Amino acid sequence: MGEAIAFYFIAACILGFAVLVISTKDTVHSVLFLVLDFLFVAALYVLLGAAFLAAIQILVYAGGIVVLYLFVVMLVNLKRPPEAHSDPHRQTRLGFGMAAAVIVELGAVALYSTGKPVVPLASAATAAIPVSGNTEQVGWLLYTSYLIPFEIASMLLLVAMIGAIVLAKREL
Amino acid sequence: MPPGISASDFYNILPELVLTSGALVVLIVDVLLPKERRGALAWVTLLAIGATLASLVPFRSTHVEVAQGLLAVDQFALFFKVVFLVAAAITVLMSVRYLEIEGASPGEYYFLILCATLGMMIMAGGIDLITIFIGLETMAVSFYILAGFIKPSHRSNEAAVKYFLLGAFSLGILLYGMSLMYGLSGTTNLRVMAAAFAGQETDARLVLAVILVVAGVGFKIAAVPFHMWAPDVYEGAPTPITAFLSVGSKAASFAMLIRIFLEGLPSMGHDWRLLFEALAIITMTVGNIAALTQSNVKRMLAYSSIAHAGYVLIGIVAGTSRGITATLVYLFIYAFMQLGAFAVIVGLRRADVAGEELKDFGGLHARNPFAAFAMLLFMLSLGGIPPTAGFMGKFWLFSAAIDAHYNWLAVIGVLNSAVSLYYYVRIVVFMYVKKEALGSEPATSPTLAVVLGVAVAATLVLGVYPRLLFELADASARTLGAAGVTTSLR
Repeated sequence: MGEAIAFYFIAACILGFAVLVISTKDTVHSVLFLVLDFLFVAALYVLLGAAFLAAIQILVYAGGIVVLYLFVVMLVNLKRPPEAHSDPHRQTRLGFGMAAAVIVELGAVALYSTGKPVVPLASAATAAIPVSGNTEQVGWLLYTSYLIPFEIASMLLLVAMIGAIVLAKREL
Repeated sequence: MPPGISASDFYNILPELVLTSGALVVLIVDVLLPKERRGALAWVTLLAIGATLASLVPFRSTHVEVAQGLLAVDQFALFFKVVFLVAAAITVLMSVRYLEIEGASPGEYYFLILCATLGMMIMAGGIDLITIFIGLETMAVSFYILAGFIKPSHRSNEAAVKYFLLGAFSLGILLYGMSLMYGLSGTTNLRVMAAAFAGQETDARLVLAVILVVAGVGFKIAAVPFHMWAPDVYEGAPTPITAFLSVGSKAASFAMLIRIFLEGLPSMGHDWRLLFEALAIITMTVGNIAALTQSNVKRMLAYSSIAHAGYVLIGIVAGTSRGITATLVYLFIYAFMQLGAFAVIVGLRRADVAGEELKDFGGLHARNPFAAFAMLLFMLSLGGIPPTAGFMGKFWLFSAAIDAHYNWLAVIGVLNSAVSLYYYVRIVVFMYVKKEALGSEPATSPTLAVVLGVAVAATLVLGVYPRLLFELADASARTLGAAGVTTSLR
């Protein structure tokens, strides 16, 4: 029951943010909504007991790729309406307050968890999964049963890399 | 060796390994050669394709599943692999002069052609949704880049962007359907999936999955109403790539379609057959009617290629062993006539002339009788006139449809062939009847002559003596999961 509620909440958030990504006019806002979207997808993975995938989702997508998006969006200087730069509703104080709150939270978590043994988060929920951890399972599957698709994926990435060079370089 | 994979698995994917190494060698040789001698890369590429073809020989009658059912090495896959490799070789031969004229760098170009071929081979062999999808992605990404390879050309850029955006969107739809299939069956292996679905009553969610997968695959084979990308991409992409796209990518997508639906979803046969029946009718009709008004030959051939996807779908709808045989035969024959027709267009390309318009063909007979004769043959074959191979292919397709009691589907197919003759013959009229030489002197090169010779020979020989091809295709169709082919008689 609780799981179902969590699933539908997360799914609704994913869809809602996806709509916001394509409906906001400001490109930077759109990218930021994309980050939120990726974070909720990661939450979905956690719900499925795939903690490793969730971490990868956050690191690679929310962390790596979207930051690149942001760089590109800011570098190419899309024509934005001028009021976007001087927003009268800008909540500077609120922003600082939120940042401070996050720092306090981080500190509290660090203080609270020092000296305590690391307890796996989903120890009760994932009793069905055999002893080996999430990461080991993914790695084991990738390098045994799914070795061939994994190797083909490496060719796919090589193609993408070469393609990016071909299309981006002026003179080869 | 860890469990799940064994040394024999690596032996069974030998052709793929050879092709991959060949692609990497091309990439390395490209760096080692001085810039003005990089034309030699075409021969390295051909060598890689030849080696791959040779490495297929030991697998003539193999019938195994590799890596616990991720890939199948059987005659069905073998048949398609031969089609892909031959199409790739012809494309490379066509490209030699084209690249010189366009001034594009050949290294990455040939590498990407080989990688696209690798993706196709994986698609034809895949009996697991994961393998099929990765193969499809490898092929698609290679083609996105190849379509935009002529960077100074705006049309080429437009083709690449259009193909990329629409292609990514369609892959998303396909993936959605696949994920529903996985969710409902609990497996990604198509053969296990077929067993899981067997005997179950129709689930509305599975119907949704079928619709989504049909839409995704329909995009790849350019079936109406998922065809909007095809004319623009075919027109804008470099001509040899257009040829490869319309032959290789289409054949690979049909292989994927047959694997997914006949091996994975035979229990849903009634539903997807109905969908494909409707698709076949719209695709044939819209493709042919739209082709009537085109003045750009590449664009016309794009619409003609859409119409041909419709004809091939007839074989899938029939679904019998005979229908699948006809599908394989038609894709094989279609490869030669389509590649040949594009080779003639490549021959008309010169530094200052695009050579793609109908008027460029005016009086071609007087200027280059062989090219005109070859084009005449390809056009008759595409239209389905005996004694060319195209006639045999269509004959087999329509008779398979009648065999499976889809009489009116065959009637619509024949009517459409009659319509298509108008625009095929129009080119012939331009070449032979129009006296004024509007177009340029077609520049012949030895490689292009080889391409035309091979395509002409295949079109004629397969039209007169198709028996060997039929037997091979029949044997290939029979190696498919027995459940899929035999239980589908209506």
